[in-house]
Amino acid sequence: MRPVHAPNRFAPSGIRTALRGLAVASLVWLLAFAATQGARAEGLVISLSNHQVMITSNYTGSQVTLFGAVQRDEQTIARASGYDAAVIVRGPRVDAVTVRRKERLGPIWINRTQETFEDIPRYLAILSSRPLDELTSEIMRGRLRLDLDPTVATQMQPEEPGAVQDSGHNPDYAQALVRLRMQEGQYFEIGRGITFITPMIFRAAIPLPAGAPPGNYEVETLLFADGVLLARDITNFELVKTGFEQRVAVWAETRAAAYGFLTVLMAMFFGWIASVIFRRD
Amino acid sequence: MQIYLPIAEMSVSVFLLLGLGAAVGFISGLFGIGGGFLMTPLLIFLGIPPAIAVASQMAQIVASSTTSGLAAFRRKALDIKLASLLTVGGLVGTGLGIWFFAAARAAGQLDIVIVVSYVTLFSVVGGLMLVESLKEFWSSRKGKVRSRRRAGEHPAYLGLPLRMRFHRSQLYASVIPLLGVAFFVGFAGAVLGIGGGFIMVPALLYLFRVPTSMVVGTSQFQILWASTAALLLHAIANQAVDAVLAFILIIGGVFGAQFGARASRHLRADMFRFLLALLILGVGLRFAIELVLRPTELFSIANGG
Repeated sequence: MRPVHAPNRFAPSGIRTALRGLAVASLVWLLAFAATQGARAEGLVISLSNHQVMITSNYTGSQVTLFGAVQRDEQTIARASGYDAAVIVRGPRVDAVTVRRKERLGPIWINRTQETFEDIPRYLAILSSRPLDELTSEIMRGRLRLDLDPTVATQMQPEEPGAVQDSGHNPDYAQALVRLRMQEGQYFEIGRGITFITPMIFRAAIPLPAGAPPGNYEVETLLFADGVLLARDITNFELVKTGFEQRVAVWAETRAAAYGFLTVLMAMFFGWIASVIFRRD
Repeated sequence: MQIYLPIAEMSVSVFLLLGLGAAVGFISGLFGIGGGFLMTPLLIFLGIPPAIAVASQMAQIVASSTTSGLAAFRRKALDIKLASLLTVGGLVGTGLGIWFFAAARAAGQLDIVIVVSYVTLFSVVGGLMLVESLKEFWSSRKGKVRSRRRAGEHPAYLGLPLRMRFHRSQLYASVIPLLGVAFFVGFAGAVLGIGGGFIMVPALLYLFRVPTSMVVGTSQFQILWASTAALLLHAIANQAVDAVLAFILIIGGVFGAQFGARASRHLRADMFRFLLALLILGVGLRFAIELVLRPTELFSIANGG
Protein backbone atom coordinates (compact mmCIF):
# COMPACT_ATOMS: atom_id res chain seq x y z
CA MET A 1 0.00 0.00 0.00
CA ARG A 2 1.28 3.42 -0.81
CA PRO A 3 1.47 6.02 1.94
CA VAL A 4 -1.85 7.43 2.96
CA HIS A 5 -2.13 11.14 3.56
CA ALA A 6 -4.82 12.28 5.89
CA PRO A 7 -6.32 15.63 5.02
CA ASN A 8 -5.39 18.36 7.44
CA ARG A 9 -8.73 18.98 9.12
CA PHE A 10 -7.22 20.95 11.95
CA ALA A 11 -5.73 23.87 10.06
CA PRO A 12 -5.84 27.06 12.10
CA SER A 13 -8.80 29.21 11.19
CA GLY A 14 -6.54 32.08 10.11
CA ILE A 15 -4.96 29.97 7.42
CA ARG A 16 -8.36 28.62 6.46
CA THR A 17 -9.71 32.15 5.98
CA ALA A 18 -6.64 33.11 4.00
CA LEU A 19 -6.98 30.04 1.80
CA ARG A 20 -10.64 30.75 1.27
CA GLY A 21 -9.79 34.29 0.27
CA LEU A 22 -7.18 33.01 -2.11
CA ALA A 23 -9.58 30.51 -3.66
CA VAL A 24 -12.33 33.08 -4.13
CA ALA A 25 -9.82 35.58 -5.55
CA SER A 26 -8.41 33.11 -8.03
CA LEU A 27 -11.89 32.03 -9.07
CA VAL A 28 -12.92 35.63 -9.64
CA TRP A 29 -9.69 36.22 -11.53
CA LEU A 30 -10.27 33.18 -13.69
CA LEU A 31 -13.86 34.16 -14.49
CA ALA A 32 -12.81 37.70 -15.35
CA PHE A 33 -10.00 36.40 -17.50
CA ALA A 34 -12.28 33.94 -19.28
CA ALA A 35 -14.84 36.66 -19.93
CA THR A 36 -12.39 39.17 -21.43
CA GLN A 37 -10.34 36.74 -23.48
CA GLY A 38 -13.23 34.49 -24.60
CA ALA A 39 -10.92 31.60 -23.88
CA ARG A 40 -12.37 28.16 -23.42
CA ALA A 41 -11.52 26.11 -20.34
CA GLU A 42 -9.96 22.70 -20.57
CA GLY A 43 -11.99 19.62 -21.34
CA LEU A 44 -11.48 16.21 -19.81
CA VAL A 45 -11.64 12.84 -21.56
CA ILE A 46 -11.73 9.79 -19.30
CA SER A 47 -11.47 6.12 -20.12
CA LEU A 48 -11.55 3.13 -17.77
CA SER A 49 -9.69 -0.13 -18.49
CA ASN A 50 -12.94 -2.01 -17.90
CA HIS A 51 -16.50 -1.10 -17.02
CA GLN A 52 -17.30 -4.50 -15.60
CA VAL A 53 -15.05 -6.29 -13.14
CA MET A 54 -15.93 -9.96 -12.72
CA ILE A 55 -15.84 -11.81 -9.41
CA THR A 56 -14.89 -15.43 -9.98
CA SER A 57 -14.23 -18.16 -7.41
CA ASN A 58 -10.55 -17.28 -7.11
CA TYR A 59 -11.16 -13.52 -6.93
CA THR A 60 -8.76 -11.85 -4.52
CA GLY A 61 -9.31 -8.25 -5.41
CA SER A 62 -8.75 -6.41 -8.63
CA GLN A 63 -7.74 -3.11 -10.14
CA VAL A 64 -9.34 -0.71 -12.59
CA THR A 65 -7.05 1.60 -14.51
CA LEU A 66 -8.26 5.07 -15.39
CA PHE A 67 -6.78 7.09 -18.24
CA GLY A 68 -7.44 10.78 -18.56
CA ALA A 69 -6.53 13.32 -21.19
CA VAL A 70 -6.71 17.10 -20.89
CA GLN A 71 -8.29 18.69 -23.94
CA ARG A 72 -7.13 22.12 -25.04
CA ASP A 73 -7.43 24.22 -28.13
CA GLU A 74 -5.61 27.34 -29.34
CA GLN A 75 -7.77 29.63 -27.27
CA THR A 76 -7.14 27.84 -23.97
CA ILE A 77 -4.80 29.83 -21.78
CA ALA A 78 -1.35 28.49 -21.00
CA ARG A 79 -0.79 27.01 -17.56
CA ALA A 80 2.61 27.68 -16.15
CA SER A 81 2.41 25.26 -13.25
CA GLY A 82 0.87 22.28 -15.01
CA TYR A 83 -2.24 20.28 -14.15
CA ASP A 84 -3.31 18.28 -11.13
CA ALA A 85 -5.97 15.62 -10.99
CA ALA A 86 -8.02 13.85 -8.35
CA VAL A 87 -10.27 10.82 -8.65
CA ILE A 88 -13.03 10.00 -6.15
CA VAL A 89 -14.43 6.45 -6.34
CA ARG A 90 -17.64 5.79 -4.42
CA GLY A 91 -18.75 2.18 -4.04
CA PRO A 92 -22.30 0.87 -3.56
CA ARG A 93 -24.19 2.50 -0.71
CA VAL A 94 -25.71 0.93 2.33
CA ASP A 95 -28.95 2.42 3.63
CA ALA A 96 -27.54 2.79 7.11
CA VAL A 97 -24.41 2.15 9.12
CA THR A 98 -24.54 2.09 12.90
CA VAL A 99 -21.45 3.26 14.77
CA ARG A 100 -21.45 2.15 18.40
CA ARG A 101 -19.24 3.35 21.20
CA LYS A 102 -18.28 1.22 24.19
CA GLU A 103 -18.41 2.76 27.62
CA ARG A 104 -17.60 1.52 31.07
CA LEU A 105 -20.56 0.35 33.12
CA GLY A 106 -19.41 -0.88 36.52
CA PRO A 107 -16.63 -3.38 35.87
CA ILE A 108 -17.53 -4.11 32.26
CA TRP A 109 -17.31 -2.41 28.87
CA ILE A 110 -20.47 -2.43 26.79
CA ASN A 111 -21.90 -0.57 23.81
CA ARG A 112 -23.70 2.37 25.33
CA THR A 113 -24.15 5.01 22.66
CA GLN A 114 -24.60 4.82 18.94
CA GLU A 115 -25.15 6.97 15.88
CA THR A 116 -26.63 5.92 12.58
CA PHE A 117 -25.26 7.23 9.32
CA GLU A 118 -27.54 6.98 6.33
CA ASP A 119 -26.70 6.32 2.69
CA ILE A 120 -22.99 5.68 3.21
CA PRO A 121 -20.74 4.14 0.52
CA ARG A 122 -19.14 0.87 1.55
CA TYR A 123 -16.07 1.76 -0.49
CA LEU A 124 -14.53 5.19 -0.83
CA ALA A 125 -11.21 5.93 -2.52
CA ILE A 126 -9.57 9.24 -3.26
CA LEU A 127 -6.57 9.26 -5.55
CA SER A 128 -4.72 12.41 -6.47
CA SER A 129 -1.61 13.52 -8.30
CA ARG A 130 -0.46 15.35 -5.16
CA PRO A 131 -1.49 15.01 -1.52
CA LEU A 132 -4.89 16.64 -1.13
CA ASP A 133 -3.72 19.44 1.15
CA GLU A 134 -1.23 20.52 -1.53
CA LEU A 135 -3.76 20.11 -4.31
CA THR A 136 -6.35 22.67 -3.37
CA SER A 137 -7.70 24.65 -0.45
CA GLU A 138 -9.68 23.09 2.35
CA ILE A 139 -12.79 25.05 1.46
CA MET A 140 -12.50 23.83 -2.12
CA ARG A 141 -12.06 20.25 -0.91
CA GLY A 142 -15.22 20.61 1.15
CA ARG A 143 -17.18 21.92 -1.83
CA LEU A 144 -15.87 19.20 -4.11
CA ARG A 145 -16.49 16.49 -1.47
CA LEU A 146 -12.80 15.63 -1.66
CA ASP A 147 -12.73 14.08 1.79
CA LEU A 148 -12.76 10.54 3.13
CA ASP A 149 -15.38 11.59 5.67
CA PRO A 150 -18.43 9.85 4.18
CA THR A 151 -20.85 12.39 5.60
CA VAL A 152 -18.99 15.00 3.57
CA ALA A 153 -18.51 12.71 0.61
CA THR A 154 -22.18 11.84 0.23
CA GLN A 155 -23.94 15.10 0.98
CA MET A 156 -25.53 16.94 -1.86
CA GLN A 157 -23.62 19.68 -3.57
CA PRO A 158 -24.29 22.88 -1.60
CA GLU A 159 -26.33 25.49 -3.44
CA GLU A 160 -24.18 28.41 -2.35
CA PRO A 161 -20.52 28.17 -3.26
CA GLY A 162 -18.42 27.78 -0.17
CA ALA A 163 -21.31 26.79 2.06
CA VAL A 164 -20.35 23.44 3.52
CA GLN A 165 -23.33 21.67 5.02
CA ASP A 166 -23.18 20.49 8.56
CA SER A 167 -24.08 16.80 8.64
CA GLY A 168 -25.31 17.05 12.24
CA HIS A 169 -23.20 14.09 13.32
CA ASN A 170 -20.83 13.88 16.22
CA PRO A 171 -17.39 14.17 14.58
CA ASP A 172 -16.00 11.43 16.86
CA TYR A 173 -18.40 8.92 15.32
CA ALA A 174 -17.76 10.06 11.74
CA GLN A 175 -14.01 9.79 12.34
CA ALA A 176 -14.42 6.33 13.90
CA LEU A 177 -16.43 5.23 10.86
CA VAL A 178 -13.65 6.39 8.51
CA ARG A 179 -10.94 4.88 10.73
CA LEU A 180 -12.62 1.47 10.91
CA ARG A 181 -13.36 1.44 7.20
CA MET A 182 -9.72 2.33 6.54
CA GLN A 183 -8.63 -0.60 8.72
CA GLU A 184 -10.83 -2.85 6.59
CA GLY A 185 -9.12 -1.42 3.51
CA GLN A 186 -12.43 -0.15 2.09
CA TYR A 187 -11.66 3.56 2.54
CA PHE A 188 -8.34 4.98 1.47
CA GLU A 189 -6.52 7.96 0.12
CA ILE A 190 -3.54 7.65 -2.20
CA GLY A 191 -1.80 11.01 -2.25
CA ARG A 192 0.26 10.27 -5.34
CA GLY A 193 -2.02 7.70 -6.93
CA ILE A 194 -2.33 9.60 -10.20
CA THR A 195 0.63 9.80 -12.55
CA PHE A 196 0.93 12.30 -15.36
CA ILE A 197 2.48 10.34 -18.23
CA THR A 198 2.77 13.51 -20.29
CA PRO A 199 1.76 16.99 -19.10
CA MET A 200 -1.64 16.34 -20.69
CA ILE A 201 -2.28 12.64 -20.06
CA PHE A 202 -2.63 10.94 -16.70
CA ARG A 203 -3.20 7.47 -15.40
CA ALA A 204 -4.59 6.13 -12.09
CA ALA A 205 -4.81 2.56 -10.82
CA ILE A 206 -7.91 2.17 -8.66
CA PRO A 207 -7.38 -0.79 -6.30
CA LEU A 208 -10.37 -2.99 -5.41
CA PRO A 209 -9.62 -5.05 -2.29
CA ALA A 210 -10.95 -8.61 -1.98
CA GLY A 211 -13.69 -7.43 0.38
CA ALA A 212 -14.93 -4.67 -1.91
CA PRO A 213 -18.72 -5.00 -2.18
CA PRO A 214 -20.26 -5.94 -5.53
CA GLY A 215 -22.30 -3.21 -7.16
CA ASN A 216 -21.95 0.06 -8.99
CA TYR A 217 -18.88 2.25 -8.48
CA GLU A 218 -19.07 5.93 -9.37
CA VAL A 219 -15.79 7.43 -10.58
CA GLU A 220 -15.54 11.21 -10.42
CA THR A 221 -12.46 12.82 -11.98
CA LEU A 222 -11.49 16.41 -11.21
CA LEU A 223 -8.91 18.47 -13.06
CA PHE A 224 -7.11 21.32 -11.32
CA ALA A 225 -4.54 23.96 -12.12
CA ASP A 226 -3.17 26.18 -9.37
CA GLY A 227 -5.70 24.81 -6.94
CA VAL A 228 -8.64 25.79 -9.13
CA LEU A 229 -11.11 23.30 -10.57
CA LEU A 230 -11.08 23.32 -14.37
CA ALA A 231 -13.11 20.31 -15.41
CA ARG A 232 -15.06 17.43 -13.99
CA ASP A 233 -16.14 14.07 -15.40
CA ILE A 234 -18.25 11.26 -13.94
CA THR A 235 -18.24 7.71 -15.19
CA ASN A 236 -18.75 4.33 -13.52
CA PHE A 237 -17.88 0.68 -13.45
CA GLU A 238 -19.55 -2.36 -11.99
CA LEU A 239 -18.18 -5.11 -9.78
CA VAL A 240 -20.28 -8.21 -10.46
CA LYS A 241 -20.40 -11.83 -9.37
CA THR A 242 -20.35 -14.24 -12.29
CA GLY A 243 -21.04 -17.90 -13.01
CA PHE A 244 -21.36 -20.14 -9.96
CA GLU A 245 -20.90 -17.33 -7.44
CA GLN A 246 -23.71 -15.34 -9.01
CA ARG A 247 -26.07 -18.34 -9.19
CA VAL A 248 -25.47 -19.17 -5.53
CA ALA A 249 -26.18 -15.58 -4.51
CA VAL A 250 -29.35 -15.43 -6.63
CA TRP A 251 -30.67 -18.78 -5.36
CA ALA A 252 -30.02 -17.84 -1.76
CA GLU A 253 -32.23 -14.82 -2.27
CA THR A 254 -34.96 -15.96 -4.65
CA ARG A 255 -35.37 -19.61 -3.65
CA ALA A 256 -34.48 -19.34 0.01
CA ALA A 257 -36.42 -22.43 1.19
CA ALA A 258 -35.06 -24.72 -1.54
CA TYR A 259 -31.57 -23.34 -0.98
CA GLY A 260 -31.88 -24.03 2.76
CA PHE A 261 -33.13 -27.60 2.17
CA LEU A 262 -30.30 -28.24 -0.30
CA THR A 263 -27.74 -27.01 2.22
CA VAL A 264 -29.24 -29.30 4.88
CA LEU A 265 -29.19 -32.24 2.44
CA MET A 266 -25.59 -31.50 1.47
CA ALA A 267 -24.57 -31.39 5.14
CA MET A 268 -26.37 -34.64 5.98
CA PHE A 269 -25.00 -36.35 2.86
CA PHE A 270 -21.41 -35.53 3.73
CA GLY A 271 -22.01 -36.49 7.33
CA TRP A 272 -23.34 -39.86 6.16
CA ILE A 273 -20.49 -40.36 3.62
CA ALA A 274 -17.97 -39.74 6.39
CA SER A 275 -19.59 -42.31 8.66
CA VAL A 276 -19.48 -44.85 5.78
CA ILE A 277 -15.86 -44.13 4.86
CA PHE A 278 -14.66 -44.32 8.43
CA ARG A 279 -16.71 -47.31 9.41
CA ARG A 280 -14.41 -49.93 10.81
CA ASP A 281 -16.68 -52.77 11.79
CA MET B 1 -5.34 -20.81 -2.18
CA GLN B 2 -8.03 -18.18 -1.85
CA ILE B 3 -11.70 -18.76 -2.55
CA TYR B 4 -14.49 -16.22 -2.93
CA LEU B 5 -17.50 -16.66 -0.65
CA PRO B 6 -20.54 -15.51 -2.65
CA ILE B 7 -22.82 -14.60 0.26
CA ALA B 8 -20.20 -13.27 2.66
CA GLU B 9 -18.78 -11.34 -0.33
CA MET B 10 -15.14 -11.78 0.61
CA SER B 11 -12.28 -14.13 -0.17
CA VAL B 12 -10.57 -16.38 2.37
CA SER B 13 -7.95 -19.11 2.33
CA VAL B 14 -9.41 -22.57 1.66
CA PHE B 15 -6.78 -24.29 3.81
CA LEU B 16 -7.44 -22.02 6.75
CA LEU B 17 -11.16 -22.85 6.59
CA LEU B 18 -10.44 -26.58 6.17
CA GLY B 19 -8.14 -26.48 9.20
CA LEU B 20 -10.73 -24.60 11.27
CA GLY B 21 -13.40 -27.09 10.26
CA ALA B 22 -11.16 -30.04 11.16
CA ALA B 23 -10.12 -28.61 14.53
CA VAL B 24 -13.65 -27.70 15.60
CA GLY B 25 -14.94 -31.00 14.17
CA PHE B 26 -12.43 -32.91 16.30
CA ILE B 27 -13.56 -31.19 19.48
CA SER B 28 -17.16 -31.64 18.46
CA GLY B 29 -16.70 -35.39 17.89
CA LEU B 30 -14.65 -35.77 21.06
CA PHE B 31 -17.14 -34.18 23.44
CA GLY B 32 -20.41 -34.70 21.63
CA ILE B 33 -21.05 -30.98 21.39
CA GLY B 34 -21.87 -28.94 18.31
CA GLY B 35 -18.81 -26.74 18.44
CA GLY B 36 -20.73 -23.66 17.32
CA PHE B 37 -19.54 -21.70 20.34
CA LEU B 38 -15.96 -22.17 19.10
CA MET B 39 -16.53 -21.80 15.35
CA THR B 40 -18.71 -18.68 15.39
CA PRO B 41 -16.16 -16.40 17.15
CA LEU B 42 -13.35 -17.77 14.95
CA LEU B 43 -15.25 -17.00 11.73
CA ILE B 44 -16.16 -13.54 12.95
CA PHE B 45 -12.48 -13.01 13.76
CA LEU B 46 -11.69 -13.82 10.11
CA GLY B 47 -13.94 -10.94 9.11
CA ILE B 48 -17.02 -12.89 8.07
CA PRO B 49 -20.20 -10.96 8.98
CA PRO B 50 -21.64 -12.36 12.26
CA ALA B 51 -25.05 -13.31 10.83
CA ILE B 52 -23.41 -15.28 7.99
CA ALA B 53 -20.89 -16.90 10.35
CA VAL B 54 -23.62 -18.08 12.73
CA ALA B 55 -25.84 -19.35 9.91
CA SER B 56 -23.21 -21.07 7.74
CA GLN B 57 -21.43 -22.95 10.52
CA MET B 58 -24.82 -24.47 11.42
CA ALA B 59 -24.36 -26.61 8.27
CA GLN B 60 -21.17 -28.05 9.70
CA ILE B 61 -22.97 -28.85 12.93
CA VAL B 62 -25.66 -30.67 10.90
CA ALA B 63 -22.96 -32.70 9.09
CA SER B 64 -20.85 -33.56 12.12
CA SER B 65 -23.86 -34.45 14.23
CA THR B 66 -25.14 -36.68 11.41
CA THR B 67 -21.82 -38.53 11.43
CA SER B 68 -21.61 -38.77 15.21
CA GLY B 69 -25.27 -39.66 15.53
CA LEU B 70 -24.93 -42.50 12.99
CA ALA B 71 -21.74 -43.76 14.63
CA ALA B 72 -23.42 -43.74 18.04
CA PHE B 73 -26.46 -45.48 16.58
CA ARG B 74 -24.28 -48.31 15.23
CA ARG B 75 -22.50 -48.65 18.54
CA LYS B 76 -25.90 -48.65 20.25
CA ALA B 77 -24.70 -45.62 22.21
CA LEU B 78 -27.85 -43.65 21.54
CA ASP B 79 -31.05 -43.49 23.55
CA ILE B 80 -33.58 -42.64 20.84
CA LYS B 81 -36.47 -42.31 23.28
CA LEU B 82 -34.63 -39.82 25.48
CA ALA B 83 -33.19 -37.98 22.45
CA SER B 84 -36.67 -37.60 20.88
CA LEU B 85 -38.07 -36.16 24.08
CA LEU B 86 -35.17 -33.70 24.30
CA THR B 87 -35.67 -32.74 20.63
CA VAL B 88 -39.32 -31.82 21.26
CA GLY B 89 -38.44 -29.62 24.23
CA GLY B 90 -35.52 -28.12 22.31
CA LEU B 91 -37.58 -27.10 19.28
CA VAL B 92 -40.10 -25.25 21.47
CA GLY B 93 -37.20 -23.47 23.18
CA THR B 94 -35.63 -22.57 19.83
CA GLY B 95 -38.85 -20.98 18.60
CA LEU B 96 -39.20 -18.83 21.74
CA GLY B 97 -35.48 -18.04 21.67
CA ILE B 98 -35.76 -16.63 18.15
CA TRP B 99 -38.68 -14.48 19.26
CA PHE B 100 -36.68 -13.23 22.27
CA PHE B 101 -33.69 -12.54 19.99
CA ALA B 102 -35.82 -10.29 17.78
CA ALA B 103 -37.30 -8.52 20.81
CA ALA B 104 -33.88 -7.84 22.37
CA ARG B 105 -32.56 -6.56 19.05
CA ALA B 106 -35.55 -4.23 18.70
CA ALA B 107 -34.83 -2.90 22.19
CA GLY B 108 -31.18 -2.32 21.22
CA GLN B 109 -29.91 -4.52 24.03
CA LEU B 110 -28.86 -7.60 22.08
CA ASP B 111 -25.10 -7.15 22.47
CA ILE B 112 -25.13 -7.00 26.22
CA VAL B 113 -27.62 -9.88 26.46
CA ILE B 114 -25.36 -12.08 24.34
CA VAL B 115 -22.05 -11.26 26.02
CA VAL B 116 -23.36 -11.48 29.56
CA SER B 117 -25.16 -14.76 28.79
CA TYR B 118 -21.98 -16.19 27.30
CA VAL B 119 -19.91 -15.26 30.34
CA THR B 120 -22.51 -16.41 32.86
CA LEU B 121 -23.40 -19.69 31.14
CA PHE B 122 -19.86 -20.73 30.31
CA SER B 123 -18.38 -19.74 33.66
CA VAL B 124 -21.13 -21.35 35.71
CA VAL B 125 -21.38 -24.56 33.65
CA GLY B 126 -17.60 -24.85 33.22
CA GLY B 127 -16.88 -23.98 36.84
CA LEU B 128 -19.37 -26.49 38.24
CA MET B 129 -18.01 -29.22 36.00
CA LEU B 130 -14.43 -28.43 36.93
CA VAL B 131 -15.18 -28.56 40.66
CA GLU B 132 -16.99 -31.87 40.19
CA SER B 133 -14.08 -33.28 38.15
CA LEU B 134 -11.48 -32.21 40.68
CA LYS B 135 -13.49 -33.80 43.49
CA GLU B 136 -13.60 -36.97 41.47
CA PHE B 137 -9.83 -36.93 40.87
CA TRP B 138 -9.25 -36.23 44.55
CA SER B 139 -11.35 -39.12 45.80
CA SER B 140 -9.86 -41.59 43.31
CA ARG B 141 -6.39 -40.47 44.47
CA LYS B 142 -7.39 -41.38 48.01
CA GLY B 143 -8.46 -44.77 46.78
CA LYS B 144 -12.15 -44.28 47.44
CA VAL B 145 -14.50 -45.08 44.64
CA ARG B 146 -17.40 -42.67 44.69
CA SER B 147 -20.34 -44.58 43.38
CA ARG B 148 -22.12 -42.37 40.88
CA ARG B 149 -25.43 -43.99 41.53
CA ARG B 150 -26.66 -45.43 44.75
CA ALA B 151 -29.75 -47.57 44.85
CA GLY B 152 -32.79 -45.73 46.16
CA GLU B 153 -31.11 -42.33 46.13
CA HIS B 154 -32.45 -39.88 43.57
CA PRO B 155 -32.67 -36.14 43.35
CA ALA B 156 -36.20 -34.94 44.09
CA TYR B 157 -36.78 -33.43 40.62
CA LEU B 158 -36.61 -36.88 39.02
CA GLY B 159 -39.60 -37.93 41.10
CA LEU B 160 -42.04 -35.34 39.75
CA PRO B 161 -45.18 -36.64 38.02
CA LEU B 162 -45.22 -38.02 34.45
CA ARG B 163 -42.37 -40.41 35.01
CA MET B 164 -40.95 -42.30 32.07
CA ARG B 165 -38.52 -45.17 31.90
CA PHE B 166 -35.46 -44.86 29.63
CA HIS B 167 -33.87 -48.32 29.55
CA ARG B 168 -30.79 -47.40 27.57
CA SER B 169 -29.91 -44.55 29.90
CA GLN B 170 -30.83 -46.50 33.05
CA LEU B 171 -33.09 -43.63 33.89
CA TYR B 172 -36.56 -43.55 35.39
CA ALA B 173 -37.46 -39.93 35.65
CA SER B 174 -40.20 -37.37 35.27
CA VAL B 175 -40.35 -35.78 31.81
CA ILE B 176 -40.83 -32.33 33.37
CA PRO B 177 -37.16 -31.64 34.27
CA LEU B 178 -36.01 -33.29 31.02
CA LEU B 179 -38.27 -31.09 28.88
CA GLY B 180 -37.28 -28.11 31.00
CA VAL B 181 -33.58 -28.61 30.35
CA ALA B 182 -34.19 -29.22 26.64
CA PHE B 183 -36.32 -26.07 26.46
CA PHE B 184 -33.61 -24.02 28.17
CA VAL B 185 -30.93 -25.41 25.84
CA GLY B 186 -33.02 -24.63 22.75
CA PHE B 187 -33.78 -21.13 24.04
CA ALA B 188 -30.17 -20.29 24.92
CA GLY B 189 -28.97 -21.86 21.68
CA ALA B 190 -31.23 -19.69 19.55
CA VAL B 191 -30.35 -16.50 21.43
CA LEU B 192 -26.61 -17.17 21.40
CA GLY B 193 -26.49 -18.77 17.95
CA ILE B 194 -25.06 -22.05 19.21
CA GLY B 195 -26.23 -25.68 19.26
CA GLY B 196 -26.30 -25.90 23.03
CA GLY B 197 -24.51 -29.24 23.34
CA PHE B 198 -22.21 -27.83 25.95
CA ILE B 199 -25.20 -27.32 28.26
CA MET B 200 -26.96 -30.55 27.28
CA VAL B 201 -23.95 -32.82 27.84
CA PRO B 202 -23.21 -31.71 31.43
CA ALA B 203 -26.94 -31.61 32.22
CA LEU B 204 -27.35 -35.24 31.14
CA LEU B 205 -24.16 -36.22 32.96
CA TYR B 206 -24.71 -34.46 36.26
CA LEU B 207 -28.42 -33.74 36.61
CA PHE B 208 -29.74 -37.01 35.24
CA ARG B 209 -26.73 -39.28 35.77
CA VAL B 210 -27.02 -40.69 32.25
CA PRO B 211 -24.05 -42.99 31.54
CA THR B 212 -21.18 -41.27 29.71
CA SER B 213 -21.41 -43.84 26.91
CA MET B 214 -24.99 -42.72 26.14
CA VAL B 215 -24.53 -38.98 26.62
CA VAL B 216 -22.59 -38.15 23.45
CA GLY B 217 -24.83 -40.05 21.03
CA THR B 218 -28.04 -38.78 22.62
CA SER B 219 -26.83 -35.20 22.68
CA GLN B 220 -25.68 -35.42 19.03
CA PHE B 221 -29.09 -36.73 17.95
CA GLN B 222 -30.83 -33.79 19.59
CA ILE B 223 -28.27 -31.33 18.14
CA LEU B 224 -28.86 -32.75 14.65
CA TRP B 225 -32.52 -31.69 14.67
CA ALA B 226 -31.95 -28.41 16.48
CA SER B 227 -29.23 -27.35 14.02
CA THR B 228 -31.27 -28.49 10.99
CA ALA B 229 -34.15 -26.29 12.15
CA ALA B 230 -31.78 -23.38 12.78
CA LEU B 231 -30.06 -23.76 9.39
CA LEU B 232 -33.41 -23.73 7.57
CA LEU B 233 -34.62 -20.71 9.54
CA HIS B 234 -31.42 -18.80 8.81
CA ALA B 235 -31.62 -19.63 5.10
CA ILE B 236 -35.29 -18.67 4.77
CA ALA B 237 -35.56 -15.73 7.15
CA ASN B 238 -32.14 -14.10 6.84
CA GLN B 239 -30.69 -15.52 3.60
CA ALA B 240 -27.45 -15.62 5.51
CA VAL B 241 -26.26 -19.16 4.66
CA ASP B 242 -23.12 -19.16 2.51
CA ALA B 243 -23.15 -22.56 0.80
CA VAL B 244 -19.50 -22.32 -0.30
CA LEU B 245 -18.36 -21.51 3.24
CA ALA B 246 -20.60 -24.26 4.62
CA PHE B 247 -19.20 -26.79 2.13
CA ILE B 248 -15.56 -26.14 3.07
CA LEU B 249 -16.31 -26.22 6.79
CA ILE B 250 -18.21 -29.49 6.34
CA ILE B 251 -15.34 -31.16 4.46
CA GLY B 252 -12.88 -30.20 7.19
CA GLY B 253 -15.38 -30.93 9.93
CA VAL B 254 -16.43 -34.46 8.94
CA PHE B 255 -12.82 -35.66 9.04
CA GLY B 256 -12.11 -33.89 12.30
CA ALA B 257 -15.29 -35.25 13.87
CA GLN B 258 -14.33 -38.83 12.94
CA PHE B 259 -11.01 -38.61 14.67
CA GLY B 260 -12.63 -36.85 17.60
CA ALA B 261 -15.24 -39.58 17.98
CA ARG B 262 -12.53 -42.24 17.83
CA ALA B 263 -10.39 -40.41 20.37
CA SER B 264 -13.36 -40.13 22.74
CA ARG B 265 -13.51 -43.94 22.97
CA HIS B 266 -9.94 -44.00 24.30
CA LEU B 267 -10.54 -41.22 26.75
CA ARG B 268 -11.25 -42.11 30.38
CA ALA B 269 -14.62 -40.86 31.54
CA ASP B 270 -13.23 -38.70 34.35
CA MET B 271 -10.62 -37.19 32.02
CA PHE B 272 -13.37 -36.51 29.46
CA ARG B 273 -15.38 -34.51 31.97
CA PHE B 274 -12.30 -32.67 33.20
CA LEU B 275 -11.22 -31.60 29.70
CA LEU B 276 -14.73 -30.55 28.71
CA ALA B 277 -14.95 -28.44 31.89
CA LEU B 278 -11.62 -26.76 31.06
CA LEU B 279 -12.72 -26.03 27.50
CA ILE B 280 -16.03 -24.47 28.52
CA LEU B 281 -14.51 -22.48 31.37
CA GLY B 282 -11.74 -21.28 29.02
CA VAL B 283 -14.23 -19.89 26.51
CA GLY B 284 -16.19 -18.25 29.33
CA LEU B 285 -13.04 -16.60 30.70
CA ARG B 286 -12.09 -15.38 27.23
CA PHE B 287 -15.44 -13.58 26.93
CA ALA B 288 -15.16 -12.28 30.50
CA ILE B 289 -11.73 -10.79 29.79
CA GLU B 290 -13.09 -9.13 26.67
CA LEU B 291 -15.86 -7.64 28.77
CA VAL B 292 -13.66 -6.30 31.55
CA LEU B 293 -10.52 -5.06 29.79
CA ARG B 294 -10.54 -1.60 28.28
CA PRO B 295 -10.93 -2.22 24.53
CA THR B 296 -8.26 -0.75 22.26
CA GLU B 297 -10.97 0.40 19.87
CA LEU B 298 -14.04 1.81 21.56
CA PHE B 299 -16.02 2.10 18.34
CA SER B 300 -17.53 -0.60 16.20
CA ILE B 301 -19.54 -0.43 13.00
CA ALA B 302 -22.40 -2.57 11.72
CA ASN B 303 -24.36 -2.29 8.51
CA GLY B 304 -27.99 -1.49 9.10
CA GLY B 305 -29.81 1.00 11.29
